[in-house]
Amino acid sequence: MRDRLLLLSLLGLGLMAAAPFLLQAMLPANQAQFWTANVLGRAAVFGIIAMSLTFLATYGGFISLAQMMIAGVAGYAVAVFVEGAVPRIVGGLGYGLAIPLGVLAATVMGLIVGAVSVRTRDIYLLMITLALSMGVFRFVETNIAWFNGYEGIRNVVGPELFGLGFRDPWLFYYVALGTAVLLLAGVLYLVRSPFGLVLQGIRDNPRRVAALGYNVALHRIAAFGVAGFIAGCGGVLATIYNIGISPGTIGLGATVNVLIMSVIGGLGHPVGAFLGSLIFTIFDTFAANLYDRDRFNTLIGAVFLIIVLVSPDGVIGIGARLRRLLGGSKP
Amino acid sequence: MDLAATILLNGLTLAALYFIVASGFSLIFGLMRVVNMAHGSLYLIAGYVGYAVFEPLYDQDLWWAWYAGLGAGIAAAAVSGALMQKLLLGWMQGQELRQALVTIGVSIIAADQLLAFYGGTPRQFFAPDAIFGSTQVPLVGGYPTFRLVQIGIAVVVGVGLWLLLNRTKLGMMIRAGVDDREMLGACGVNVPLVGVAVFALGAALCGIGGIVGSTAQPLAMGQDGRFLLISLVVVIVGGMGSVTGTAVGAVLVGLAEQLGQALFPTYSVILTFVIMVAVLALRPQGILGRA
Repeated sequence: MRDRLLLLSLLGLGLMAAAPFLLQAMLPANQAQFWTANVLGRAAVFGIIAMSLTFLATYGGFISLAQMMIAGVAGYAVAVFVEGAVPRIVGGLGYGLAIPLGVLAATVMGLIVGAVSVRTRDIYLLMITLALSMGVFRFVETNIAWFNGYEGIRNVVGPELFGLGFRDPWLFYYVALGTAVLLLAGVLYLVRSPFGLVLQGIRDNPRRVAALGYNVALHRIAAFGVAGFIAGCGGVLATIYNIGISPGTIGLGATVNVLIMSVIGGLGHPVGAFLGSLIFTIFDTFAANLYDRDRFNTLIGAVFLIIVLVSPDGVIGIGARLRRLLGGSKP
Repeated sequence: MDLAATILLNGLTLAALYFIVASGFSLIFGLMRVVNMAHGSLYLIAGYVGYAVFEPLYDQDLWWAWYAGLGAGIAAAAVSGALMQKLLLGWMQGQELRQALVTIGVSIIAADQLLAFYGGTPRQFFAPDAIFGSTQVPLVGGYPTFRLVQIGIAVVVGVGLWLLLNRTKLGMMIRAGVDDREMLGACGVNVPLVGVAVFALGAALCGIGGIVGSTAQPLAMGQDGRFLLISLVVVIVGGMGSVTGTAVGAVLVGLAEQLGQALFPTYSVILTFVIMVAVLALRPQGILGRA
């Protein structure tokens, strides 16, 4: 099963790498560009954020609803410190410094979320992470001095690379894809390391892991830190994709969307996050042709509901882990 | 001194509303172990349906328009809650996380359909003349009567809930179900039916909150997220499934919010969350929660 999945992943990777060329050969230039940046590129970016949740859910058993908020922390950190953002809050830094700063901020936020929720499990964890992310959302929405309140911060265009603007469709797509692949490989490597094994032990039986002498709390917090780093990378890319950031990007809707992506893709393997985000993005882009222009939420909500009701394993169908996760867990 | 009294009263009236909404959430969680992420949607359903009944009656100047809206809103919420339990959640009892995900799906669809049906225009009930206008309160001066009534309603809800849980047969079944569902079933009680009743009751409480809240402040899309968040924070702080705990949590959160808004407006949200984090660090089960 695992080998077949690996083969499929490699096949998918090759397909994704060749996608811009294929699209260019098949579609008119402007449509190919739209697909490259606004469907595939966007799917890769939000797939990264969804993967931070899938990583926690698959290997730790933690369904965290804070991941979009953590991604937003990275985005806001970049927007606050980078030169050229409108309005100028602090400014002065180039992207070379602002982006690592953003990812660092997200990692720290991930550690904080992990520490706050360290004594809770399952639905309690879900509630607490949701409360934390809504708290941050309300805070940035009402705070003018640091986050420009409801308006948010605009004009975060990203650095120039190889003489091209960062938002050049091909450049953006390959950077997003490259980041996604590196992070995915990192996650797959990490879960085979001693740290990853302890994490999976905590998922299955925290008391036994503690009895073996491992510090369960510390491992949990570290896992949230790793997830924060991943979400931060996604958050920086998402902010550049949106040319800025506003509270709406980390609101309840956005938070739930990330959960939808992860669940649709399947919480059994990190690659599910990217499948889910691709499906979500395609629905999002073409919902107008499917049901009703304004009723995208009903459509995606129904898809989500059906998947949870019928097959909690998502589309990749590796159900055993999720079933153990969802089934019969008492706090 | 006057300012302090005003803040205190504002905090208490807000806490009253929070208690009404969160008590339903806490009740459902207490017996059913369901984190009802669609709780905010029930608030909206009650508000919108109640308003649809209220408006034509109010236009005819009928004094009972508001009460009819209240009844309709409560009924709409209760029926929605019961249906949700009967159709979707009942057959996956025990799979808590899955149930939470299902209610998230329901809340997305409900919010979107309400928007499609009723549009995005904010609405607000007008309280009946008997509880409209202002009342002189010592130290504070003139204060909206309805907001004082709000406290009264919360007290009635709290006492009623306490009596129901501690003095009636249904309450006895509910309390037994919290401790041991299987044993309760073995005693011949129709546990799934009790579950539907509890869901309807919890949703009805949220419905009362929906009408009362939409009289004190406008009803609009996005309120579902707000009241879901408040229910979460109140029961996390106060303790899951305990009426007294919910009351304590609501008072703390309501007071913190008003105090924060008076002292440091743009940072007021932080105070609420500092309380939550502190409670979690010291007593993860909540102030009055059972370990």
